[in-house]
Amino acid sequence: MGIAPEHEGSAGVPTPALPSDQARKRHKRRAQLTAWAFLAPVVIYLVLFYAYPLYRNLDLSLRDYTLRSFIDGTAPFVWFDNYVEVLTSATFVPALINTAIFTFGSIAVQFAIGLALAVFFFRKFPLSSTLRALFLVPWLLPLLVSASIWAWMLNSESGIVNAGLEAIGLSQVNWLTSPQWSLISVLIANIWIGIPFNLVILYSGLQNIPTDIYEAASLDGANGWQTFWRITFPLLRPVAAITILLGLVYTLKVFDIIWIMTRGGPGDSSTTFAIWSYRLGFGGGSPDLSPAAAVGNLLIILAFIFGLIYIRAQRRMERS
Amino acid sequence: MTRRVITSIIGVILTAIMLFPLYWMVNVSLTQPQNLRKDPPDLFPVDPTFAGYERVLTDQLPYLGTSLVIGIGSVLLTLAVSAPAAFALAKLRPRGRTVIDFVLLIAQMIPGIIMAMGFYLIFYNWGILNTIPGLILADSTLAVPFGVLIFTAFMAGIPDELMNAAKIDGAGPWRTFRSVILPVSRNSIVTVSLFTFLWAWSDFIFASTLNRGGDLQPITIGIYRYIGNNTQDWNAIMATAVVASIPAAILLVIAQRYVAAGVTAGAVKD
Repeated sequence: MGIAPEHEGSAGVPTPALPSDQARKRHKRRAQLTAWAFLAPVVIYLVLFYAYPLYRNLDLSLRDYTLRSFIDGTAPFVWFDNYVEVLTSATFVPALINTAIFTFGSIAVQFAIGLALAVFFFRKFPLSSTLRALFLVPWLLPLLVSASIWAWMLNSESGIVNAGLEAIGLSQVNWLTSPQWSLISVLIANIWIGIPFNLVILYSGLQNIPTDIYEAASLDGANGWQTFWRITFPLLRPVAAITILLGLVYTLKVFDIIWIMTRGGPGDSSTTFAIWSYRLGFGGGSPDLSPAAAVGNLLIILAFIFGLIYIRAQRRMERS
Repeated sequence: MTRRVITSIIGVILTAIMLFPLYWMVNVSLTQPQNLRKDPPDLFPVDPTFAGYERVLTDQLPYLGTSLVIGIGSVLLTLAVSAPAAFALAKLRPRGRTVIDFVLLIAQMIPGIIMAMGFYLIFYNWGILNTIPGLILADSTLAVPFGVLIFTAFMAGIPDELMNAAKIDGAGPWRTFRSVILPVSRNSIVTVSLFTFLWAWSDFIFASTLNRGGDLQPITIGIYRYIGNNTQDWNAIMATAVVASIPAAILLVIAQRYVAAGVTAGAVKD
């Protein structure tokens, strides 16, 4: 109260519009400052721990970084040499194909199973919610643990899966050590891990479908199959789109499972971009950090494309 | 009535199939080493041994301790960064909030291996390679965007009247945040902490790149080393896996509803 505001009318003459306008502006600016003060930690965090590492990674992929570079701090700028090296490498085509098979295979199967389970659990029956909660457990386990379990279950000589195949009269499979099965092995494990996520999201999507639509359908004499294809499926589509796109973005990144189970081998038979990048950078004796960064950046371009699709889908869902 | 019972039975069978790998982990962890190579393997722990667990306790205790410290550190850092930001985004209407939203969304899509390489160089320069603080910083990046998302969604639902009441009582934004918003947001704090802890506990990619030579390594590296060195001792490997899964199991039992809330609200996992 003691400090007179600059623009107060001098002789008590009422100047209504101006002061309140100014005050409102000042008030607004203060509100903005406060808001950004609360945002400051996250902004600093994003710059330091997202933007800066990404910049360093981009820089790394455009230089020839060796172990010596760490010591003398110099790494010559080589433009796109690392990218050329990576794109012409014998691993590129297999890695691209494996990434595509792994990603789309995982998503298609885990979505189908997740949807079937969501529809199943949506019926009211005793134990329903308890069993649904138990389905979440595999999703919460460390990926490394899940990968270890599957590595042992699929073990050629002593694995339970081969014992089961033998028991029903089928021949045993060298799951992890033969080139034609290794990718399928890591797919199986990844599908198992992805089912709970699909189940939960699709279940919540089912919950959001108004029940009176179903009542109307049953009054019209629709059977279960018709109800699913004519009502449930179309109304679930926005949620299904989000589930699939999140699955895409997540599956592109999968690393732990494949690395623990097969290390991308034998040969390149289960190598994806994420595995390839890790193997170049940290997998062996001498780290090839620059080509590893180039592979990683190719991966990020893929993830980014899917990310943009995701954002568009989400906007469309919010609007509807 | 009988139909419901049949449905329940089918549900139990489906759950049993889904959880079979977990049962198998426990079964193998109790198997005598000489029976590990038995063909076909024993379906039940007929002659159980706790030798695997004894080895976990002698070999892996330091790893478990390190993981605990890293998990708690990541939770604290994530809460400290994401809760105030979410308060601003949900209640203070800053200009440019769409930019922040967009950046957070993109941030969740960056593959871990790319972050790991950038961190490797930066941590080397900062001298925090192979250290616990380094891993806490790296692991928190898994959770911060998720945290902001969950908190924003929750805080947007807090009625404005509550804030206005605080304002009338003379509380500034910081007091309002601390004494009104945070206590009301307890559920979302639990959800964010739960996921942050589990992700940090489960992290393998940062641990194996940024802490390759450290003295204090997390449990994921402990198991990884076991697998590398003892391809014979799968009962010990599985015993370690059981122990490493205990936090997830405990958290699921205690905080079941928060878990489901986190999955559906955040819909993110990496």
